[in-house]
Amino acid sequence: MESVIEIQGLSFSYPETTVPALRDINLSIGRGSFVAMLGANGSGKSTLAKHLNAILVPTAGRVLVDGLDTAEDDNLLSIRRRVGMVFQNPDNQIVANVVEDDVAFAPENLGVPSEEIRRRVDSALRQVGMYELRMHAPHLLSGGQKQRVAIAGILAMEPEVLVLDEPTAMLDPRGRQEVMDTVESLCREQGITVVLITHHMEEAARADRIIVLAGGQVAMDGTPREIFPQAEQLKSLALAVPDGTELIGRLNAAGMDLPMDALTDEECASVIWEGLCH
Amino acid sequence: MLKDITLGQYFPDDTPVHRLDPRTKLILTVIYIAALFMAGSVGGYVLVALCLAAAAHISHIKPKALFKGLRPLIFLIVFTAIINLFFTSGEDYLLHWRFIKITYTGLKNAVVMVVRVMLLVSGTFMLTYTTSPLSITDGLERLLSPLKKIHVPVYELSLMMSIALRFIPTLIEETDRIMSAQKARGADLETGSLVERAKALLPLLIPLFVSAFRRADELALAMECRCYNGGEGRTRMKQLRMERRDAVAFLLSAVLVAGVLLLRRFGI
Repeated sequence: MESVIEIQGLSFSYPETTVPALRDINLSIGRGSFVAMLGANGSGKSTLAKHLNAILVPTAGRVLVDGLDTAEDDNLLSIRRRVGMVFQNPDNQIVANVVEDDVAFAPENLGVPSEEIRRRVDSALRQVGMYELRMHAPHLLSGGQKQRVAIAGILAMEPEVLVLDEPTAMLDPRGRQEVMDTVESLCREQGITVVLITHHMEEAARADRIIVLAGGQVAMDGTPREIFPQAEQLKSLALAVPDGTELIGRLNAAGMDLPMDALTDEECASVIWEGLCH
Repeated sequence: MLKDITLGQYFPDDTPVHRLDPRTKLILTVIYIAALFMAGSVGGYVLVALCLAAAAHISHIKPKALFKGLRPLIFLIVFTAIINLFFTSGEDYLLHWRFIKITYTGLKNAVVMVVRVMLLVSGTFMLTYTTSPLSITDGLERLLSPLKKIHVPVYELSLMMSIALRFIPTLIEETDRIMSAQKARGADLETGSLVERAKALLPLLIPLFVSAFRRADELALAMECRCYNGGEGRTRMKQLRMERRDAVAFLLSAVLVAGVLLLRRFGI
């Protein structure tokens, strides 16, 4: 797969600290893929995310976005246009008093002609399913709706990569579902590369690839089916495993012999069913 | 609940006055104020008042709403009246009893000043009643844009204003939350002397400020991620356009100024 982001030997220390936040990270993120990034608090996942669109620049090594080096000032706007970022708290990302004006903020900054902005805003709002509410005031929307407006605000830049830093952490289960469905369809249908930072294993299970960070380094890297069965290692990194995997693990410990690579509740149920039948 | 506070005094509606370009309304307000100060005769004030009444009628603003806007200014109005009434020097006494002297000129000045202040304030209220705060900001930005040439950060100022407006409901919600949290810990915000209540506000304000700064930090980051780069080279999705009704409004305001000047010339 062609890569859209190349991370080569990236190390980073925050100013006036002695312990590096990231140490010698080498990753390549494939175009159109859905990557979930896991890690306990302080593992460096947010710091790594901020390197993807040049909010932070490496102390050593380099990050290339579409071949553009994030350390070069001249590349700044082209990189930010390509890699959009959505944060945890939707309230603190919305600039304007009307939904559609907020979505227009990024293309206005980029100097896009006004008819083209109109087209992009409408299409971004349709992609996240917020077109009907385009004239609403953001503070009257639910958390999930606000977060979808924030995503639309990034989509209006027509980015290649969407980085989401715990976008569902402040949402109720329904809002979480809305946001995750939107994110997944953007990746599968629009071909946008998604990098999702999350604490929820169920969300990570929807990705093509899981990268687990620990202590500023890549601890595990693989597909969900490769990562989740390693329950012991995940737990040693202060991470939970999905409920289904946990259940199968305990059944196996109690003497059953079931495969560990079930991801969804349905898969888990059928694995147990087959195990019982044999 | 704090949440129920309405923001500004905008009355949303769809009348010809509401539909005017915000720039037009801003300029008309200035012309209106100028006309008010040029008026030097009873006829002039009547004409300005009629204009205001006509605008209020067209925009479905009730006279009651206009007078309500004057209420916080009653003290100022009464004060102006008293100063003019008692402290105008002259010989044409209307009343002279011990140290109280009221002259005819004083009475006239008092009435004129009161009428002027009332017309001035309710005229500017017409602007805020019929134009949303956002359009006012937008209109101001475009009217002041020539100042960019002398390096006045017009775009940045208007962005600050609209972000402030955007965060008012968010911060009100936050205040509500902090108030509940402090009350749950036994804080007493409602009783006690004025000084005690002011002191009780401190544990409310400090967390509010801390959270406002944190929000500001995050918002700045989010804006950078959306390629915010200052006002230079920025385009707009919504273009303001002057329509025929704006031309008509300007024509009418010219008639008002001419009328006021004529009435003054002939002393009616």
